[in-house]
Amino acid sequence: MLSFTDFDIYSLANFANARIIWFKNYVELFQDPLFWKALKNTFYFLLVGGPLSIALSLAAALMLQSKLVRFKGLFRTAYFAPVVTTLVAVAVVWRFVYHPRYGILNYTLSLIGIGPVDWLGDPNWAMPAIILMAVWKNFGYNMIIFIAGLQNIPEELYEAASIDGARKLQPFWSITVPMLAPTTLFITIITMIGYFQLFAEPYVMTQGGPLNSTLSIVLLMYQRGFRWWNMGYSAAIAFVLFAIILVGGVAQSRTQRWVGT
Amino acid sequence: MALTKAISLFVTLAGLGCVLFCAGCGSKRDTRTEVVFWAFGQEGERVAKLMPEFERGNPGIKVRVQMIPWNAAHEKLLTAFAGQSLPDMCQLGNTWIPEFSLLGAIEDLRVWVARSTNVHGSSYFPGIWDTNMIDSMLFGVPWYVDTRVLFYRTDLFAKVGYTKPPRSWSEWFDLSAKLKRRDPENYAIFFPTNNEFAPPLILGLQMNSPLLKDHNTRSDFSGKEFVEAMRAFHDFFKNGWAPVKTTQIVNVYQSFAEGLYAMYITGPWNIGEFSRRLPDSLQDAWMTTPLPGPDSSIGVSLAGGSSLVIFKPSKHKPEVWKVIEFLSEPPQQLELYRLTGDLPARMEAWKDSSLASNKYAVPFFEQLKHVRATPKVPEWEQIAQKLREYSELIAMDRMTVTQAMAALDRDVDLILEKRRWMLSGQ
Repeated sequence: MLSFTDFDIYSLANFANARIIWFKNYVELFQDPLFWKALKNTFYFLLVGGPLSIALSLAAALMLQSKLVRFKGLFRTAYFAPVVTTLVAVAVVWRFVYHPRYGILNYTLSLIGIGPVDWLGDPNWAMPAIILMAVWKNFGYNMIIFIAGLQNIPEELYEAASIDGARKLQPFWSITVPMLAPTTLFITIITMIGYFQLFAEPYVMTQGGPLNSTLSIVLLMYQRGFRWWNMGYSAAIAFVLFAIILVGGVAQSRTQRWVGT
Repeated sequence: MALTKAISLFVTLAGLGCVLFCAGCGSKRDTRTEVVFWAFGQEGERVAKLMPEFERGNPGIKVRVQMIPWNAAHEKLLTAFAGQSLPDMCQLGNTWIPEFSLLGAIEDLRVWVARSTNVHGSSYFPGIWDTNMIDSMLFGVPWYVDTRVLFYRTDLFAKVGYTKPPRSWSEWFDLSAKLKRRDPENYAIFFPTNNEFAPPLILGLQMNSPLLKDHNTRSDFSGKEFVEAMRAFHDFFKNGWAPVKTTQIVNVYQSFAEGLYAMYITGPWNIGEFSRRLPDSLQDAWMTTPLPGPDSSIGVSLAGGSSLVIFKPSKHKPEVWKVIEFLSEPPQQLELYRLTGDLPARMEAWKDSSLASNKYAVPFFEQLKHVRATPKVPEWEQIAQKLREYSELIAMDRMTVTQAMAALDRDVDLILEKRRWMLSGQ
């Protein structure tokens, strides 16, 4: 409803100043280059960070389930620890890790001969920097869910496979992946929904910059809604985001069911 | 077994309950009136030190200072207004006064000033008092003034033959070129395009751009005055006189001390910061001076500063006024200056030797005579931020000056659309 009005600071002063403008907010939204930039950034984050996060958490879960690894409890805690840290404190530390002159990341890169990268200042590298930090922070959560999924796979299947002469990676593709399908579906949908709502990392690290290269949809919504009080416009953004996530989620689950059969 | 366990659990809980109850009984009840004061930025950190003195003189009042960083202040205030949880008073930047008076959030103070023995309009810089007046109503009492001047490294200037700071734009450009030629790894001046809108805005004001036209309902950023100012701004980056990658300067003071840049346009709070943070060996190597203008006189700068305002929903307005009067007295104005480097809005305070003989403050006093106000529209903060975004694009050569100003025009006209409707219909 709010998205059909132009509720803004004048309306905050006097409700009579709000006009019903129907779809004008949406028209303005789709003509706003900043909206498309935010959408592009959010998709970039999702399509690179999502698979990366899921792959990393699956790899970590497999490692923790493997019989070859000792001190499983320690590793599990270490990988899960970033999830429970507060984002603001972590962001301060990562700002220094990413510092072009004194940061440890550039130092490590220099040891293998790669020149300094201005992680948070270069519009081309700012989003990868955010992706790296977000993946590091959240992969532990998915890892725990994968571990639960892996523990539900009956041991007999693996024994049967080794009796039948299965080689190196065959058990993985033939047993693990199909048996994990429901877990994977759950994780991809949850991750997708969460990553579409990227807000805290760019808000704390880069404020959407440089040059709006890390501006996400929710950050744009926050700026227009709470900083400038264009509530009507902001509500339109929220509604568009809801529609996108809905379509994405439905498409996701349909595709995986189709692949599964 | 189970019974004894249950009994011991009950006893523990009862004991705990008693302890908590007694703790509650024992506390002293505070019957003083509490005034909630939101202070921002640097002032937020320091103003609490002034409050014990006030509370000694006014035993029935307790002032609770809440510190909020500047980059969250605007949204916090608007959210508090919408959520009806505004404080009693706050420090409000004078460019935000049009916005908050439009909302009806702040009190008209003329009645209070008329009854006051302490606060009168004539005691303040006229340009600054004026920024608080809208439609002949007074919405704030100026607390401190702010303008931007040039901070620079005297030793680096001397090395390129400038024993006196530049007085005109042509001298300024010449100096920058010389600094760059002498030291190509470093820069002449630092413009933080990632979070400040002041430098391009000031250049536009110096070229006499009206910024907005048609009773402040349309953008004039692609007018020839502002475009020329932005071309000059772009030249700084194009010629390598100002760094394009601003995030490498994580610590402004460290970079200034290292000579990464020799000039910085900034405000009075940095007098205190530079004195505190620069190494002792450099304390004689920096200085302030009024801005160079397009011709050979002092260029105009921003008429900034913050005022103290009373929020309409406050239930303790007489007590709040007492706090405002206290902070407006010359001794407190000077104490704030000592704590933060913020310049007093009260002119008599400038006669004190700590200011009159402070070589860094004297250029500010000069500059305050050459200031211009920005348009008093509620959307100004949003417009200024858009200007900053486009200045960043220009600095990074992502857009030409003409393209950027055309896009800025489009955005600002959209922002002002509601204002046009309000002015035409009503």
